[in-house]
Amino acid sequence: MEQTEKKPFIHIENLSYSYVGDDEQPVPVLKNISLDIREGEYVVILGHNGSGKSTLAKLLNLVIDDYTYADGTILVDGVDVMSPDLTEEDILNLRKNVGMVFQNPDNQLVATVVEEDVAFGPENLGVPHPELRERVDRALETVGMSAFATHEPHRLSGGQKQRVAIAGIIAMMPRCMIFDESTAMLDPVGRREVIETIEMLNRERGITVLSITHYMDEAARADRVIVLSDGKLMLDGTPGEVFTHSDTLRKAGLDLPQCTAVSQYLITQNLPVHGEINTPEQCAEAILKAWKGI
Amino acid sequence: MRGFTFGQFYPGSSVLHRLDPRTKVVAAVVYIVASFLCRNTVSFAVLLLSGLVLILISGIPMKVVLRSVRALIFIMLFTALLNIFWVVDNSVGATPLLEFYFITIYAKGIYHAVFILIRILVMVVGTGLFLTYTTTPIALTGALESLLRPLAKIKVPVHTFAMMMTIALRFIPTIMEETDKIMTAQKARGADFTTGSLVQRAKALIPIIVPLFVSVFRRAEELATAMECRCYHGGEGRTKLRVLKYRARDVIALLLMLLFVGGIVTINICGARYGWFYTM
Repeated sequence: MEQTEKKPFIHIENLSYSYVGDDEQPVPVLKNISLDIREGEYVVILGHNGSGKSTLAKLLNLVIDDYTYADGTILVDGVDVMSPDLTEEDILNLRKNVGMVFQNPDNQLVATVVEEDVAFGPENLGVPHPELRERVDRALETVGMSAFATHEPHRLSGGQKQRVAIAGIIAMMPRCMIFDESTAMLDPVGRREVIETIEMLNRERGITVLSITHYMDEAARADRVIVLSDGKLMLDGTPGEVFTHSDTLRKAGLDLPQCTAVSQYLITQNLPVHGEINTPEQCAEAILKAWKGI
Repeated sequence: MRGFTFGQFYPGSSVLHRLDPRTKVVAAVVYIVASFLCRNTVSFAVLLLSGLVLILISGIPMKVVLRSVRALIFIMLFTALLNIFWVVDNSVGATPLLEFYFITIYAKGIYHAVFILIRILVMVVGTGLFLTYTTTPIALTGALESLLRPLAKIKVPVHTFAMMMTIALRFIPTIMEETDKIMTAQKARGADFTTGSLVQRAKALIPIIVPLFVSVFRRAEELATAMECRCYHGGEGRTKLRVLKYRARDVIALLLMLLFVGGIVTINICGARYGWFYTM
């Protein structure tokens, strides 16, 4: 993606947020976070449980109930989402542009037939016929679920359900999609299906992707990785850059991706593996090169 | 539990399956009214015949249709017996067929018993054929929403109710599956649901119901958030993927239903005027 001087799609400045705890006291979740996300980027937000990553995602989509302890600025496409004078139309427009896919595929499907569920978002937006039909068909085709259009969601596998949920968002034609631990409840096959879909949406459709996860292997495939720990932004950079800070990652409760860990270990053992090593393929190649070199 | 389907929908492509669900709701109501209009032997015979014709049209095997009757067999026999023993014929010249201590049975009682039996049978089969067997629950919900839409003008939240129905239908299998899982988990911990007194067995269900409720509430909250994220803001300005459309066959079906009611009324009138057949 070309680095133009245009405004970032999401601009977060000095964002702090606390929720009200059981004893009526504010419990800080996010502390003074600033970051910019440009259109078309594929960003992974890493953090262990309770690091505030889900709260950040929910703030971006205005599905937080209580803004008493919210402070700072969030601009999405230049619109201040925390402004008290947002109209309902603004909110709908924001949610249309920033779609969100959640963790549990079961709890986000509304209808009893796949295609009607995919239609739910555009129906709410009042998309007229025949465009509605086209959008649903195209969205299902994009995630490779056309063959299941008339199936009942509860008979699908976890990965398939999650792809239907993604299709439901695509049908609203968002510019940005947030995945809030969307692969956490899936088996390895389902996870791969979903990750491939997410990458395709980013690479081929140019949709800005913000993926929240604690799987390091997913982070390794992103353009940019952001690490949150206890509500603070710890690291921000390409996967290669971020993974060099293994101490900071460990402090944030995260492990390096296995292949990065392997290569770092090999280096300490004087096997000269070089280059950026974040995926198994890169790792294998580097080891092969080092091996031949010896 | 994986093979579970809600309701009794029997997939097919008969005319009954293809009718607009709204037509079927109206037809079912008309059919119930018709069954109550029946007054004499011939009209009840016509009613019974119409039930058979409906089964044939629907293409649903007799065995499947009769399955829905099985649940009601007790209530049907009970009302029939009540009629046989308790109906007293006070008309002039009426003699009991049988007198045995306190039991007196009149011919009128037997007629009434048979009539009521036919009425309940046809009503159950008829509504089943129009609604549950040939219409998916979701189509039915859509039909009710569409038919009740005028009520929205007097502030009845028709769309909200339809949405609730849809979500309930969507989550029944999910929650059944979950109940199954919790039961298995509790069994693995030594819970026993099958022995003991009724009270003990009811108590054994508490460890299932509590986690189930916790999970259902969590689901509800997550679903609400997900729906908000998908721009749900009530029924206002919503379009629908599936648009219901009346076709020629719907008009014909409704005309046939009216003709049927008219026929029954005519038979009643003739029966009453000329005393051709037994009238209740």
